[in-house]
Amino acid sequence: MTAFDPSEITIMIVDDELSVRQSLEAWFQDDGYTMVTAENAAEALKRMQNQHIDIILLDIKMPGMDGLALQDRIREFNKDVIIIIITAFATVDTAVRALKAGAFDYTTKPVDPDELSLLVRNAVDRIRLQRENVALRESIDHLQYVDDIIGESPQMQKVFELVKTVAPTDSTVLILGESGTGKELIARAIHMNSTRKYFPIIPVNCGAIPESLMESELFGHEKGAFTGAQYRRKGKLEMARGGTLFLDEIGTLGLKSQVDLLRVLEDHEFHRVGGERSVKADFRLICATNVNLSEAVKSGDFREDLYYRINVFTITLPSLRERQADIPLLAKHFLEKHRTSMNRKVEAISPEAMAVLKSYDWPGNVRELVNAIERAVVINKSGTITPDDLPMQIASRPVEAHGEQTLADVERRHIESMLADNEWNISRTAEKLHIDRVTLYNKIEKYGLKRP
Amino acid sequence: MHAVRIITLGSHPRDVSLDALCRGLEDVLPVACSIEPIPLDIDHARDPSRQQYHSTQLLASLVALKSNGESRVLGITPYDLFIPVLTFVFGQAQLNNRAALFSTFRLHNEFYGMPHAPALLAERCLKEGLHELGHTFGLRHCLELPCVMNSSTYVEDIDLKPADFCLPCREHLRLVC
Repeated sequence: MTAFDPSEITIMIVDDELSVRQSLEAWFQDDGYTMVTAENAAEALKRMQNQHIDIILLDIKMPGMDGLALQDRIREFNKDVIIIIITAFATVDTAVRALKAGAFDYTTKPVDPDELSLLVRNAVDRIRLQRENVALRESIDHLQYVDDIIGESPQMQKVFELVKTVAPTDSTVLILGESGTGKELIARAIHMNSTRKYFPIIPVNCGAIPESLMESELFGHEKGAFTGAQYRRKGKLEMARGGTLFLDEIGTLGLKSQVDLLRVLEDHEFHRVGGERSVKADFRLICATNVNLSEAVKSGDFREDLYYRINVFTITLPSLRERQADIPLLAKHFLEKHRTSMNRKVEAISPEAMAVLKSYDWPGNVRELVNAIERAVVINKSGTITPDDLPMQIASRPVEAHGEQTLADVERRHIESMLADNEWNISRTAEKLHIDRVTLYNKIEKYGLKRP
Repeated sequence: MHAVRIITLGSHPRDVSLDALCRGLEDVLPVACSIEPIPLDIDHARDPSRQQYHSTQLLASLVALKSNGESRVLGITPYDLFIPVLTFVFGQAQLNNRAALFSTFRLHNEFYGMPHAPALLAERCLKEGLHELGHTFGLRHCLELPCVMNSSTYVEDIDLKPADFCLPCREHLRLVC
């Protein structure tokens, strides 16, 4: 279990008596919890609209909607918040009703300080377990993602070797590669094979966040730091504590954010926006980009000092067209994955469809292949994916557009494709090509084609 | 150096040497203590039905006192304290502010049917004084057991912790004092 920071738990006291609210607020503030108060049900509901509450200490007798009715209302939209009933007018009936309706516990005023501390400690333990459970489930999802890294090609074997080498170190890693080549998967693979694997990996898509919001997004902010900052919010750097921060599309990071990031990497600490207290930075940094950073440095769009900071260990991912040999393996893997998740009886990819997949140059890389297979699984009715199930731009792509442009190359590809379509039946293929069988045998020999 | 004014609430606590308390506080904290000779009247904070004194109201009385140049005021009372929701409190303080107080009522060994123990009482008073003053210097409850800022809901908790601050709390005090 990670280190516990009480300020991460928000407790709301709902009681119509000012003295009760004030004294309980002060009591729990001494423990470091973040406190909120409400004097009636309406105010409590309003507070819950605006901010996340973990624990509610709820009085039963209040003017207007009473505590039990408020609990029922809260349960309609929030099943997670922990409600502890504290009442001066305890009856067995109300206690049973409150607990049946989902109250975590029930106690009477005045309550013994030790009992109240224990009640809240138990509630906090449950919240910690809930959070840990969510984190573990996310970790499992991440592990599944890691399974998606597939490749027997020499290029991918080299990538795997690099991942294996760098993962156990705490070194900063820069992942280069075209869009859709799986940079985030590689980042997750590094994280999952590192000593930080039990802590989160926090991805930040730098290209998707406006520069004006980046500072608050990365560093978090204190309550009241700017208009609209109604409560304290953790930034990505803080969320990645103990784990890995993955900055995707780092080439799009604005110059001011570059300076801020550089400072954190040098000082190993940062301040939340509007905050005075420095927060210790404890994360491993993995960056990814599909732009040429050294060119960006030359043009002044990327700081040279930051470039050298992040360019410690580089992994370059090959595009899918550079590793065509992996396409059948990948296609079968994603077919299996989508078939299972959609519960569809699509068992295979026809040789024709596979030939189409192999001959396409995949500008969108693995991501495009995943989408093509997913689409095919959705629309397929026969149980075997055919070229008709593939997206138009893939299925209709002329063969001669691929690879080398010589006549011999086109002929080789076409014969290969026709053989695959006809399951290497020489007579049928020759007939369709309008050539005799001897000529076809000669061409197979000439181009070194082999039955798969 | 912060000046701390020590004032008794209602009457002088039995068997407690305020001079010794001052010296103890000055040994641990960068403070200079002075003792107010006349106890503060606290009748307004008494709750007859509970036979206790409302701690928050007493704290408000300390806040309302005119300052004699001191930056902190520490109240000590022999009477039992409460806040409305709780059966009792050992003490209370303003977080990162001027006033703090504690009661000796539940610090006496006799309260628990145990033999009179003046040295133990003095030690408990010192720990409570340090703890509540710690709050006034911005310290919250510390999760470290060997720290006087660790939360105490039983008198045994007070006995278990030392009359000193852990390193991080000490560092905080160094920065703010």
